[in-house]
Amino acid sequence: MTATTAMMETTATPILETRGLTRRFGDVTAVDDFTIAVAEGEAFGLLGPNGAGKTTVIRMLTTLLPPTAGSARVAGCDVQRQAMGVRRAIGYVPQALSVDGALTAYENLLIFAKLYDIPRKERAGRIEHALALVGLTDAAGRMVREFSGGMIRRLEIAQSTLHRPRVLFLDEPTVGLDPLAREAVWEHIKRLHTELGTTLFLTTHYMEEADDLCNRIAILHRGKLATAGTPAELKASLGRPGAEATLNDVFLHYAGDTLESGGSYRETSRGRRTARRLG
Amino acid sequence: MRPQEAAGPPAASARPASPAEFVRKTLVIAELEVRKLRHDATEVITRGVQPVLWLLLFGQVFSHARAIPTGGVPYLDFMAPGILAQSVLFVAIFYGISVIWERDLGLINKFLVSPTPRAALVLGKALSAGVRTLPQIAVIFGLAALLGVKVLWNPLTLLGLILAAVLGAALFSTFSLIIACLVKTRERFMGIGQVMTMPLFFASNAIYPLSMMPLWLQWISKANPLTYEVDALRTLMIAGAASHFGLAVDFGVLLAWCVALVAVGAKLYPRVVT
Repeated sequence: MTATTAMMETTATPILETRGLTRRFGDVTAVDDFTIAVAEGEAFGLLGPNGAGKTTVIRMLTTLLPPTAGSARVAGCDVQRQAMGVRRAIGYVPQALSVDGALTAYENLLIFAKLYDIPRKERAGRIEHALALVGLTDAAGRMVREFSGGMIRRLEIAQSTLHRPRVLFLDEPTVGLDPLAREAVWEHIKRLHTELGTTLFLTTHYMEEADDLCNRIAILHRGKLATAGTPAELKASLGRPGAEATLNDVFLHYAGDTLESGGSYRETSRGRRTARRLG
Repeated sequence: MRPQEAAGPPAASARPASPAEFVRKTLVIAELEVRKLRHDATEVITRGVQPVLWLLLFGQVFSHARAIPTGGVPYLDFMAPGILAQSVLFVAIFYGISVIWERDLGLINKFLVSPTPRAALVLGKALSAGVRTLPQIAVIFGLAALLGVKVLWNPLTLLGLILAAVLGAALFSTFSLIIACLVKTRERFMGIGQVMTMPLFFASNAIYPLSMMPLWLQWISKANPLTYEVDALRTLMIAGAASHFGLAVDFGVLLAWCVALVAVGAKLYPRVVT
């Protein structure tokens, strides 16, 4: 029911849509019959506790992981049958590291400019622009292994947007950052959305950030879509007259019973490693 | 196809990469690795030390033993190309661990979501393993010449020598990448790497000719691509060394192995992250 509400709100053909998207790992169903649609230019937030399947959804949408059942289209291309088309249209800032510490910031961007077929004549200009946008112009020639966590995140965002993707996927872009760095990273993401009109598909644990940026939010609970809508709709859906509900209340209402269930050993170790790298 | 698609955003082009794009991206991946080496060359330099020890210690002793039939060339001459092949093998066979390392860091995801053909990712890495052999060739060739080995200074044979060594490195590094994609953890990979190097090296003509081996070992050696690499290196490096199989067969076998392994690697590589 919630899924159809989400579908109806987008009038044009969505830039991203999933139909019954499902992924099983052995006996575990990580993502279960997940159906959503995202319109071009939207900022779409996918929320859920650890282990809810958020990253698995992103990995299927970015062609990293084949779905067990169902389908997904991004920028008009099927993620399985037309993976190359999806890859040309998207950018991805994974939770894990995505820039190479053994290269300079400039070299990292140069390699990806080449991999994304940015014409030779435009490369230098695009790289300079991307570095300026995330405030790393002065650090262009420095080795990335000397960067702070916030700088790494900003470089990763620059690298993922060099080719001006139509959809940018961000998997917990501010996890493990100190408040100042978080603020800076969040500002860059907002600017991408408002100034360049890039469609954003992101996961986060920070409710106030999601509330601030996202046009629409979906809550994933044990692999299933628990609810979806605008932040205002979701808050209103709790039906608490008088007291204004926060997004945090919405989150707890739909996913609150799993506070102890999330995460496996591997996931925890990965999360800790990410935190150490960025913090 | 579906009517509502006309009104929506235009679909991205899903055409596969053209051959030119494939070559270009393979070179970008190789360039990435070479840039890393340029920032830190210690790894390459330390790898020149081991073959020096083999040539100086093992080679000196065995050339006095005169127990090994080498077809008329001094034993040190016979062995020098074998040591080159060995150095290339020992570096390449552990190359796959970098894949596990990059997987753990998450770096691989970034390449897999980019519009880069999987085979270009694998072949680019193979080429960069080939680049790492260049200093080894220089060290071994130079030292062999100093020790009085009658090396060929012909630019054409030198070029062929480099090609054979790079092909060997590409082949064994891709083999290593495949193992890494299958075992997925560093601990298991290290164990398997250790277990494989010895038979690959000793079931080959690197330090003794095939004719010295029992028949069953000869058959194994003839299936071992290292044998063909050594045969090519020996023919192209040493004056008076006759090719056992012929250079065309040597390069044909090496190329065929490379193509087959890159094809398998391209299938397995994306699975390392699933």
